[in-house]
Amino acid sequence: MSNDFQSWGRFPAAPHQKAVAWRDRRHMPMLGDGPVLARGNGRSYGDVCLNDGGTLLTTRALDKFILFDAEAGELVCEPGVLLSDILDLIVPKGWFLPVVPGTRLVTVGGAIANDVHGKNHHRFGTFGTNVLDFRLLRSDGTALSCSRDENAELFTATIGGLGLTGLIAEVRLKLRPIASSYLEGEQFRFDTLDEFFALSEGSEASHEYTAAWIDCLAEGDRLGRGHFMRANHAADGGLDPATRSLPLAVPLTPPLSLVTRVSLRVFNTLYYERQRVHEVSRRWHFDPYLFPLDSIANWNRLYGPKGFLQYQCVVPDNEARAASAELLKEISRSGQGSPLVVFKTFGDVASPGLLSFPMKGATLALDFPILGKRTFELLDRLDGIVAEAGGRLYPAKDARMSVEMFEKGFPALDRFMKQIDPAFESGFQRRVMGRA
Amino acid sequence: MTRIVIFGATSAIAQAAARQWAAAGGACFVLVGRNETALGDIAADLTARGAEDVIAKPADLAVLDGLSRLCAEAEEALGGIDIALIAHGVLPDQVEVTASADNLLENLGVNALSPAALMVEFGRLMKDRGHGSLVVISSVAGDRGRPSNWAYGGAKAMLSVMGEGMGLELDSAGVNVVVVKPGFVDTPMTADFPKGPLWASADQVAGAIVRAVGKRRNGVIYAPAWWRFVMLIVRFAPAFIVRRL
Repeated sequence: MSNDFQSWGRFPAAPHQKAVAWRDRRHMPMLGDGPVLARGNGRSYGDVCLNDGGTLLTTRALDKFILFDAEAGELVCEPGVLLSDILDLIVPKGWFLPVVPGTRLVTVGGAIANDVHGKNHHRFGTFGTNVLDFRLLRSDGTALSCSRDENAELFTATIGGLGLTGLIAEVRLKLRPIASSYLEGEQFRFDTLDEFFALSEGSEASHEYTAAWIDCLAEGDRLGRGHFMRANHAADGGLDPATRSLPLAVPLTPPLSLVTRVSLRVFNTLYYERQRVHEVSRRWHFDPYLFPLDSIANWNRLYGPKGFLQYQCVVPDNEARAASAELLKEISRSGQGSPLVVFKTFGDVASPGLLSFPMKGATLALDFPILGKRTFELLDRLDGIVAEAGGRLYPAKDARMSVEMFEKGFPALDRFMKQIDPAFESGFQRRVMGRA
Repeated sequence: MTRIVIFGATSAIAQAAARQWAAAGGACFVLVGRNETALGDIAADLTARGAEDVIAKPADLAVLDGLSRLCAEAEEALGGIDIALIAHGVLPDQVEVTASADNLLENLGVNALSPAALMVEFGRLMKDRGHGSLVVISSVAGDRGRPSNWAYGGAKAMLSVMGEGMGLELDSAGVNVVVVKPGFVDTPMTADFPKGPLWASADQVAGAIVRAVGKRRNGVIYAPAWWRFVMLIVRFAPAFIVRRL
């Protein structure tokens, strides 16, 4: 385990953090001077998991299950348990997490604090949508049971609350049954954004998981070309647990980003042309389908020592086509970006979280290696398009949005601020919520 | 069914091993440790992971008088013992522990006498039954006296030598004794140490233990295994080098 705490995007640097392991879920550790913040597995990209000048309370030692009810499909666990550990436990018994993000290597506490979502948002909403209740430890010494019925305002503030409302101590999750650990569906190659939206709309009723990869450098009449994948849990194939070996790893950080304009263009063209026909039927184990990048350890090192910014925005349904086209034009014109692009539509399943990111519409996520000022300027231009369309950015991915952008995107902010625990702060909170 | 008793069940290595045994299915546990709440939490965790039955027995293993009774109770509770894992111990502050004879004796009580007493009890019990695996957590620190931790190392050296000898004696009686010598392990015990590439996780060490028991290995295992070569060099290193370690 590394002793210095970075975020997954390795930007910004936060050199003045102390870290204390939180080991007793019944009590908040003794708080010293300065603000504290819970820290899970460090998979958020920007500064929501950083606390420069303060103390991080690391939660990974709290990795116990408390109760697994394999009849009712409920799981109670400590906040430092990884989703990966949960899947290993529940899949052989015919259960699955209703919502998983693109990596299984996040803690339950982190999944709630960022109210993460997955490729099945239109069916199951966010991670927080499927949380039944949790215990919350506050710095005034209280331990509160929070659910939709009890301490409801803290419940709704803590889901997507970026760890600022206290320590999430014990979590009860609803599970969903599966008959097999395999998924089956189709992969389509599409040439235009309109085609994407037609595929997406046409698949929502019939398919649980939908998402697309987009060639972020394609321009003109190729703008928005990519591959669309959709799948459902299969009815057969057994409940074999995932293959958990890590055959690939990025062993060290190269001196420069390996993702460059040239390598990106070559990769994207080859990747796009990989599928020659319009439609292919496929069957996947859930592991490579849902967590493709988990098979490459430390892939974030590919972007070199300067790190990268992930940009994830959502634009509301009525503006989705026009705004997405504008965003993609701006990105392809800049020549910046990365092979890692996810484009999908969100449904209208509402999360209880006040600062929850998803809304009905289209979401675009992609990485940008940090090339200095021009990268930040590009993202500011993208912000303009998103704000104009009435959209917002995902705090879990952000390291640079402005106060105005944040306030505009999250109208329930004032209500949320009243629930913040005064002992808790984060780099993100000081950057965009400083005006308390 | 596998019947397992663990002493020092709240230790990180013991917990990790217990989880692996629980996940394999068909395991019943008696967990012995000082902290009753922590034992209850571990019992719940192991149950969720697939253990058939978990009995928590809070006890202070530094109290030597009660150990024989504790062994008998564990055997009775499980109706026999297949695996006994002796994992308790403390990593003392060398300055403090060597400041007085009383301090040293107190520490040797926990790190040497208490595990030794349990080894003798279970060795006898398993020999009578003609069956069982006895596992004791020693340390690479017991392979050579170093200036910074000879008190801890001395206690572990005793366990290593006793375990090795017991294994040779009991082999023909159907009992195997595994002496586990972990290297640097990232656990709460070593939370204050700066970590480097030589450090292993409790999970890795537990994996080595579970494999050794599964194969009914008899004798010393290093965890991770490459520590055997490191310690081979350290054992033959001249004093002027060991002084600097």
